[in-house]
Amino acid sequence: MKYQVVIGLEVHTQLTTATKIFCGCSTRFGAQPNSQTCPVCLGFPGALPVLNQKVVEYAIRAGLATNCTIAERSVFARKNYFYPDLPKGYQISQFDLPICVNGHLDIDLEGGGTKRIGITRIHMEEDAGKLVHADIPGVGDDSCVDLNRACTPLLEVVSEPDMRSPDEAIAYLKKLHQIVVYLGICDGNLEEGSFRCDANVSLMPVGSNVFGTRAELKNINSFRFIKQAIEYEIERQAEILDEGGRVIQETRLFDPSTGTTRSMRGKEEAHDYRYFPDPDLVPVIVSPSWVDEVRQSLPELPDAKRERFVKEMGLPEYDAEILTSTRELAEYFDATVALFPQAKTVSNWVMGEVSRALNEDGKNVTECPVTPELLAALLKLIEKGTISGKIAKTVFDEMYKTGKEPEKIVEEKGLVQVSDTGAIEAIIDEILAREAGQVAEYRSGKDKLFGFFVGQVMRASKGKANPAVVNDLLLKKLAP
Amino acid sequence: MKITRAEVEHVARLARLELSEPELDTFTSQMDSILAYVEKLNGLNTDDIVPTSHAVPMENAFRADQPKGSLPVEEATANAPEHAESFFRVPKVIE
Amino acid sequence: MELHELTLNELHGKLKQKEISSVEATKALLARIDAVDPRVNAYITVRHDGALKAAADADARIARGEIAPLTGIPVGLKDIFVTKGVKTTCGSKILENFVPPYDGTAVAKLKAQGAVLLGKLNQDEFAMGSSSESSYFGTTKNPWDLECTPGGSSGGSAAAIAAQTATATLGTDTGGSIRQPASHCSCVGLKPTYGRVSRYGVIAYASSLDQVGPVTRDVTDAAIMLGAVAGYDPMDSTSVETPVPDYLASLEQGVKGLKIGLPKEYFIEGLDPDVKKAMDEAIATYRALGAEIKEVSLPHTEYAVATYYLVATAEASSNLARYDGVRFGHRTAEAKGLIDMFAKSRAEGFGAEVKRRIMLGTYALSSGYYDAYYLKAQKVRTLIRQDFTNALSEVDVLLTPVAPTPAFKLGEKVADPLQMYLSDIFTIPVNLAGTCGISLPAGFSAAGLPIGVQLIGRPFGEDAILQAARAFERETEWHKRKAAL
Repeated sequence: MKYQVVIGLEVHTQLTTATKIFCGCSTRFGAQPNSQTCPVCLGFPGALPVLNQKVVEYAIRAGLATNCTIAERSVFARKNYFYPDLPKGYQISQFDLPICVNGHLDIDLEGGGTKRIGITRIHMEEDAGKLVHADIPGVGDDSCVDLNRACTPLLEVVSEPDMRSPDEAIAYLKKLHQIVVYLGICDGNLEEGSFRCDANVSLMPVGSNVFGTRAELKNINSFRFIKQAIEYEIERQAEILDEGGRVIQETRLFDPSTGTTRSMRGKEEAHDYRYFPDPDLVPVIVSPSWVDEVRQSLPELPDAKRERFVKEMGLPEYDAEILTSTRELAEYFDATVALFPQAKTVSNWVMGEVSRALNEDGKNVTECPVTPELLAALLKLIEKGTISGKIAKTVFDEMYKTGKEPEKIVEEKGLVQVSDTGAIEAIIDEILAREAGQVAEYRSGKDKLFGFFVGQVMRASKGKANPAVVNDLLLKKLAP
Repeated sequence: MKITRAEVEHVARLARLELSEPELDTFTSQMDSILAYVEKLNGLNTDDIVPTSHAVPMENAFRADQPKGSLPVEEATANAPEHAESFFRVPKVIE
Repeated sequence: MELHELTLNELHGKLKQKEISSVEATKALLARIDAVDPRVNAYITVRHDGALKAAADADARIARGEIAPLTGIPVGLKDIFVTKGVKTTCGSKILENFVPPYDGTAVAKLKAQGAVLLGKLNQDEFAMGSSSESSYFGTTKNPWDLECTPGGSSGGSAAAIAAQTATATLGTDTGGSIRQPASHCSCVGLKPTYGRVSRYGVIAYASSLDQVGPVTRDVTDAAIMLGAVAGYDPMDSTSVETPVPDYLASLEQGVKGLKIGLPKEYFIEGLDPDVKKAMDEAIATYRALGAEIKEVSLPHTEYAVATYYLVATAEASSNLARYDGVRFGHRTAEAKGLIDMFAKSRAEGFGAEVKRRIMLGTYALSSGYYDAYYLKAQKVRTLIRQDFTNALSEVDVLLTPVAPTPAFKLGEKVADPLQMYLSDIFTIPVNLAGTCGISLPAGFSAAGLPIGVQLIGRPFGEDAILQAARAFERETEWHKRKAAL
């Protein structure tokens, strides 16, 4: 390919505040249309916005987690345009004085190493409502407006055009997604539109450092679609450039059903948003002490967690990566290790049995019936030799189903491991007598039959025989 | 001329105001004389002047993140020229 | 004295003494409205039943011994105030049928005291005008001369006081909209400091300039009304937490030793001789009362009108974008698609002056012109504000004319918007500076039209200008004259 792609991303994250950014209506998703509205978010005459303080706090959190400078003074501005889902005829946003500037995120590259992606700014703004084509008799072609989402708080995170491949774009988005979810400021739900992405894509000849004309891709609501949209756009622009044409600056809509983008020209007139400071709102002043307070309250972020898991707990990179993929999983792991300080064993269980059971059940780790306390108790039973690792899996399944303590399950089901050499010897003797032929083969050099004998003994003991003891005794008895 | 008829037409489009031909003529000449009048501001040097957006200095007006009841949906839509169930109803966008 | 002639304070005294009931007073005012309002057209909406019911509630409250200053007082509100369940038009066709689901803060405060809402008063459409002629519901006439305008935009508020069809009223003032009609109708009109009264539930014209204030028969009534509506409101981010003083407490303290400044830029050529005469007499009165008179300068006065018409129209163009025919208000019957629906609904719903200001404001904010017009105006506004800070550090209050001329004839300035705008030259700077000003009756022209003078105070110095206004009122009889209707 003779072109280098240049990608910048604008991400809208919907904040998990209880109420909207400028009024006291609930932000709950999925309510009856227009049932979560009031004079303010309906843009009724005379109504005035008042800023939700939590939105500012969340913006500071996001800014600190992405290495931004928090502006001491930021200002809300009106972005003026007409659309039926925009009640006031303007969106309250921030323009020349956003709350966070000059940040960055480091992303991991496919072939190893990291790359720093600049974050130009993060600003606070209100969301628009929804324009839908409801299937209501008699409505025909008309559109229907639901303003429940209008005035919901958003943070718009604008990156520098620092990404050079769709994979880098995805890595950046996943990282940002992980951070806002970790921070507890966004639920990260892509399908419900809690994390939305617009991509600015342009091409320039390889070796050049002069950016080409960009297209802005809108309406992308999954990581997979983002990749598709960018890839399609690279192809489209390359074709134009190959034919000696010029890419025009425009907004293009991604169509998930075809995997293509199409121009939105004609749909909207040339935009002139006529930004100006909103006279209904006052400047937001963030003192250094407020920033410090928020900094103190930040949770440990994924990168720091991962490093701690590797350096302090001695976990492999792979484990650390998986365990920190969500804040909840990492917290589950941490809580278990606190009670049973053998990190690798806990990691194996969390990544193994715990994740498998949750996956099968479609549950989140916070809903896991086997709490960190119960899991630690189970691991202690293995450590003490009360049950074998194999039996422990059976016990785990039972715990997951019933939420009962492992000791109780072991007792009720009689699963205590048998380590008594006399009892095990008796079983071994019986098997060796029954399988005389196999014994002879083993003794004549067919070593791999050893596993067969172990299996027979374990089966006969219903899995309760201590495998170490079985091994020892078998070796002795089978010795020629 | 401070403003042309074509510019007035453009502004009317931005402001979503359908103006008649006579209105366009009248507004062009009236806006022209008003803009000529406001030209006098350019006689003032304002290079180092901080713009005023609030006459009385003010900052940090917040509300707590506590729910306050919404309007009953019938009241929210009661003034709507047209609604369908609890939606506001509008003509579709013609491309 | 007829019940409809009483001041708020006089009526309060009679209600408190149980000499009369609120129902009696309200009936008297409603009868007066029925008798004279067809000629004055101060009201857009009259609430016959609602007012009587509220009056009966007030009487019950008084019977329980719970009387507040406004309990049982029949008041009128400019139709810019959002009133729950009562049609609120803002003088516009676009809101012809708008019945709000909520009360604004000032309205809620009046209701909480048990005031009786007689109805909604006429005004220039969206408060854009100086003559009340831009109302969709017909022009209001000046009770002193039915051929003349009452001024505007709160023309209905001032006319109702002059016509004695309300005991007290509230208006709003963005560039003189309380003070100028008060001057033209011989009322007291107070524009408080920006942030003093909540704007929540007041339909926005220019958000950084709009302010709620009383139009009343005398200064005491203005002090009572301001006391009732002033104060911090968590629903308005631009309302200020400065405590509200007891305006009545200091009202009678006189002006001895008070330093009164006369801004030289306000004594211009072209000032009507009758206005000039009233000013000279007011100066003499204050001097006789022991005030110290001093010339001061507000050097950027000549830029105020230009600044105002950029700032106010820019904000208005955005504030009025919400009238799109989707959630409330007029919608055209013949739209081809969405954009057409917007453009036609707005074209049909707004009158000429509103359209003109939306156009001007849209232009001032548009790409390529923002710096030259809007930003420039906001910078000049800083200079104008500094003028007032400087002048008001030399003197305690400023004394100026309210309008260059007495009330003009209906139709006289409709064709020339710029001439109309220039008539606000003495009131606009106060809004740009964000401080307070009061208009009070100070004489009559040879033709018998009222003339007011204006006192301008420091930010949140409403008590000082009320006190100075009251001292003048005590010495003069102008406020006692009644329009013959």
